[in-house]
Amino acid sequence: MPEELYEIETEVPGNTVEEFLRMERMPHIWCPGCGIGTSVNCFAHALETSGLDLQKVSVVSGIGCTGRVAGYVNLDSFHTTHGRAIPFATGLKLANPNLKVVVYSGDGDLTAIGGNHFIHACRRNLDMTVILINNFTYGMTGGQVAPTTPLTATATTTPYGNFEQSFNLPYLAESCGAVYVARWTTYHVRHLTKAIKEALAKKGFSFIEVLSPCPTLYSRRNKIGDGLDQMIYYQESSEIKHGADTKTVGLDFQGKIVVGKFVDIERPTYLDAMNDYYSKRLGDKFVHYNG
Amino acid sequence: MKADPKGVLTGAHFIDGDHACSEGALAAGCRFVAGYPITPSTEVVERIAERFPHIGGIFIQMEDEIASSIAIQGAVWGGKKAMTVTSGPGFSLMMEHIGYAAMTETPCVFVDVQRAGPSTGLPTQPAQGDMMQARWGSHGDYSIIALSPNSPQECFDLTIKAFNLSEQFRVPVMFMMDECVGHMIERVMIPPADEIEILPRRFYEGAKENYMLYHANGEMVPPMVKAGDGYNIHVTGLTHDERGYPSMTVATQEKLIPRLIDKIKLNEEKIADYREDQIEDAEIVVVTYGITSRTAIPAIEQARKEGLKVGHLRLIVVWPFPEKYIRSLASKVKAIVVPELNQGQVVLEVERCAAGKVPVKLVPHVGGTVHNPKDIYNAIISSNNQKAE
Ligand code: SF4
Repeated sequence: MPEELYEIETEVPGNTVEEFLRMERMPHIWCPGCGIGTSVNCFAHALETSGLDLQKVSVVSGIGCTGRVAGYVNLDSFHTTHGRAIPFATGLKLANPNLKVVVYSGDGDLTAIGGNHFIHACRRNLDMTVILINNFTYGMTGGQVAPTTPLTATATTTPYGNFEQSFNLPYLAESCGAVYVARWTTYHVRHLTKAIKEALAKKGFSFIEVLSPCPTLYSRRNKIGDGLDQMIYYQESSEIKHGADTKTVGLDFQGKIVVGKFVDIERPTYLDAMNDYYSKRLGDKFVHYNG
Repeated sequence: MKADPKGVLTGAHFIDGDHACSEGALAAGCRFVAGYPITPSTEVVERIAERFPHIGGIFIQMEDEIASSIAIQGAVWGGKKAMTVTSGPGFSLMMEHIGYAAMTETPCVFVDVQRAGPSTGLPTQPAQGDMMQARWGSHGDYSIIALSPNSPQECFDLTIKAFNLSEQFRVPVMFMMDECVGHMIERVMIPPADEIEILPRRFYEGAKENYMLYHANGEMVPPMVKAGDGYNIHVTGLTHDERGYPSMTVATQEKLIPRLIDKIKLNEEKIADYREDQIEDAEIVVVTYGITSRTAIPAIEQARKEGLKVGHLRLIVVWPFPEKYIRSLASKVKAIVVPELNQGQVVLEVERCAAGKVPVKLVPHVGGTVHNPKDIYNAIISSNNQKAE
């Protein structure tokens, strides 16, 4: 077990997440062994200790298994169209900069159909937190290949295995301008909780990739066991390397997983840049924008 | 409520329809615009990008029209009045989000400065080929409102009306300009702010407990709240119950969809806006909208001069289609002529409402320029020869 696990002082309390959930909507739709619920648990704990005014927190999701997160969190929550959580969140945040906007969605949603929006939001350094649940597949539609599916892994639309190069998401986010980039797995609940808390406190575009088991489709089709087997894989194959060069953290099928906080830098957000620039350029004629 | 003077450029201006539309949006209280460059609509956002920093609004040029058409909806739930602006190819990309706005009852304005299509078509030249797309372009059953201006002055006046209608009915409103009206320069009178009537968003003000986002309380249009108000709202494009929660049942669908359609359909006469000219004694009526209303005038005048009883009905609100009015018109007149810069779109609605009572003659045009009034005149003459007895 990685050393650092013991260094995290955040104690996960008992089941106190209920107040963060729309309990009247339980049971949720996620399969047994699915990692999405684990990540939501971490998110709730991060919120609990974040000191944020929960009235001002909005969650925006796209479509897919992870897209359903917006429907279960007891916050202002928006379940948008496929791939478009980030542009919706862009409008929401710019309309009311006092909101803390969290985009919570899947790998297919955010980096295939929504990939264009993802790179531009990084570039603009929009002040939002993006939690991307990467299960290497399209769960909701039955296990098709995704831009994150590792080489050789099987999906319904790559029945003989995937031959396309997959995305290295931390590298993508960093090179496009994200100011906070981390990766954890659903095995690393304490680290993940801490990372979400940090991301929520970070000004600018913060991005967390969460590797998460999809026992129903990805694991079953690839004969890599159930949810527990994936957790064991995460435990045995993860290496914590804070500050790792994101170029080196690409993922192979059931290979080594580099986790950690890779990027944590400062850069003016979209709104700060706009307000600063226009103040200089237009002087008194500029009406400072604050929603 | 009166317009916020900050956004109102009171006075006489000599500007094109695109710029007049921008000014209309500012006067209407729009403070968030997202768009992507596309001819012949770009001037609308260019002017807004120039004006917003001076009045406290925010324009963002998004990465595409898909992003623009959903960013505005995020902004609406964040509390702003918002619009996006495009032309045919971009309008096609926005269709999914017109459905999302209809389903989630998000008031917003989509401006389409129409150009000739299909596909890339004639990017710098006019057409009215997106009229059916405006009504039906997103999948599933829903309703919208669409307006059609015929002058820069109307681009100003009716943009305000578009915002007001979107708030009143919580629907996306399509503002169907065309290249000709968009690039036509005319005098535009912008009145003082206190003469401009603005409909503010109707916010729910009751208790937070048991609040339900889509509970219309016996009315057709539920009041809104915005993100950050503490209501813990859930907004989804899935079929949802009154709480806004997904509920994938026929019963929920049966409750939701008819209301989304009926709130417009049952208010058709309230929403209707048209101009009648010499309709009282008319035997033949030319039904027009947008730029076509102007090319029809010389044709109608010529026919009148020759003693034909021709009237002119100009639709300002095209959707919802004024069914009742056209039905009663069809039982009074002997023929209807419909010139359109397309191969026959709104004429299908006229024919449906005329229901065979009178002949309806289309004057089609492929777009790229406007009708020659002579073609409309010829259609009037031939309709006069075949008119119903
Ligand atoms: S299909 Fe996969 S990702 Fe979706 S809920 Fe089931 S286990 Fe989770």
